[in-house]
Amino acid sequence: MFMSARLAAVLAVASFVAPLATTGAALADTSISAAGSTALQPLVQAAADAYQQAHSDIKISVTGGGSRTGLSLVASKSVDLGDSDILAPAGSDSLVDHKVAVIGFAVVVNPQSGVTALTKKQIQDIFLLKVKNWKDVGGKDQVITVINRPASSGTRAVFVKTLLGGATLPPTLTEDATGTVVQKVSQTPGAVSYAAFSGTHSASGITEVAIDGASATDDNIEGGKYPFWSYEHIYTNGPPTTEQSRFIAFLQSNSTLMHKTGYILVRDMKVSENDR
Amino acid sequence: MVEVHANTAHRDERIAVVVLLACSAIFVVAIALILAFLAFNGTKLFWGDHVSPFTFLFSTDWDGENGHYGAAAFIAGSLVATGMAIAIGGPLGVAIGVFFSELAPKRVADAFKPAIEVLVGIPSVVYGWLGLTILVPGIATVFHLPDGDSLLAAGIVLSIMILPTVISLSEDALRVVPGALREGSAALGATRFETIVKVLIPSASSGLAVAVILGVARAIGETLAVQLVLGNAAIFPTSLLQPAAALTSEIVMEMGNAPDGSPWKDALFSMAFLLLLISMGLIVLIRFALRRRT
Repeated sequence: MFMSARLAAVLAVASFVAPLATTGAALADTSISAAGSTALQPLVQAAADAYQQAHSDIKISVTGGGSRTGLSLVASKSVDLGDSDILAPAGSDSLVDHKVAVIGFAVVVNPQSGVTALTKKQIQDIFLLKVKNWKDVGGKDQVITVINRPASSGTRAVFVKTLLGGATLPPTLTEDATGTVVQKVSQTPGAVSYAAFSGTHSASGITEVAIDGASATDDNIEGGKYPFWSYEHIYTNGPPTTEQSRFIAFLQSNSTLMHKTGYILVRDMKVSENDR
Repeated sequence: MVEVHANTAHRDERIAVVVLLACSAIFVVAIALILAFLAFNGTKLFWGDHVSPFTFLFSTDWDGENGHYGAAAFIAGSLVATGMAIAIGGPLGVAIGVFFSELAPKRVADAFKPAIEVLVGIPSVVYGWLGLTILVPGIATVFHLPDGDSLLAAGIVLSIMILPTVISLSEDALRVVPGALREGSAALGATRFETIVKVLIPSASSGLAVAVILGVARAIGETLAVQLVLGNAAIFPTSLLQPAAALTSEIVMEMGNAPDGSPWKDALFSMAFLLLLISMGLIVLIRFALRRRT
């Protein structure tokens, strides 16, 4: 028992030291740290893993914390890359924006609402609590239960900007995670909320509604028919270093990773944010 | 030899005293730093961002993103949920405490006491999860609501969570009442019930008050279980069946994403500071209750 424990300890130390010994010199100046959006984190993490496998001399660490945290960390140079769902606030002039991906969102309803499609105007009326029953927007006689994300949520910010025209949301039921939102909508007859495709496409017991006639698909986003989407940003403080820009380019162009983690490539977009 | 030994012992003791003193000092400094940090950040909304404390405490207009920092809806949500927890859990807990200390056969009391102590240690997420999956749908069905997230749900979950605390402490408070009082009351011809109501509860009142106050402290600081069943709607509560929000649940939902240094974050700190002040007020109440006894 004693011997095996000591052996294990020696092995652990050896396995830790050995890679350092072989690549020691190269490690010094090629580590990249990223933090921020938890929505973007799976993509950045997957890209980091793939990139490190191809480039053994580079070390990339990825953490979450939320978009606003990522922005403040990159602004204070605590991390190299700040992942964000939202644009950096006005006045942070040193930050350089890299639009790395496009993320689609869906308005989701409980199937008992009886609706599968809504107009932008109807969505506004529902979330501003002007319409209280699904029968008034073409559904069944069922009371509408609106579920929002917390005010600091990036998803909510995109929703308000793209579908509500910047209107102020009245206070309603609020859930702070995509998983809880999906769960709540599937459990509550008449519930309506919104979440990223990555959380809604594969979920059962909820309906993704078509908006102004366009269903919630990547094709409709790329073709400019479906309005509920947003760029995902990676910010650098000042121009990126060579290694940083190589990594960002790798992440932006890796369609396998993009589709696996539920994102759309920026280069596939036939419209820009201003066309919406 | 003996002298050397004594010297060593003396030295060891001095080292022990220094080490223990250092530990206590670290603890006291840590508490002081927490207080200072919260007091600084928690009042910054008022002297740094020039929001009136009156607005913060009494306005229901909350929109941290757009410069409205009225926390009244959260304060009311916390107070109502806690009030319900105490209204249900307080009398029930004291009653169960009386039962265990005065009425239950020793075997029953011995069996239940460890069970209650186990209840104290159950993580709050378990209570919240049970509330979310059983209580919330139940309330929706019983009251024909579209959704059962409500103050009622939070009040019930909290009342169950504080029960073990209230039971244990009120049982202890009753046990320390001198046996002579029970015997004297019986000698005067009082029934068991009369003895409990007229003699034991009045003489244990300060201990029972501490039990209830600690229950309040536990309820008002509870976060996770409340967040899961309260609905987190920043609406001033006008009905127990409506979703509401509490100070704790609002802090935990927004703190991670609210921008550093913004008045929004300062307002969340003010809410945390308010919770701290409430807890400190409750501790002062406990001191007061205990002093009255001696």
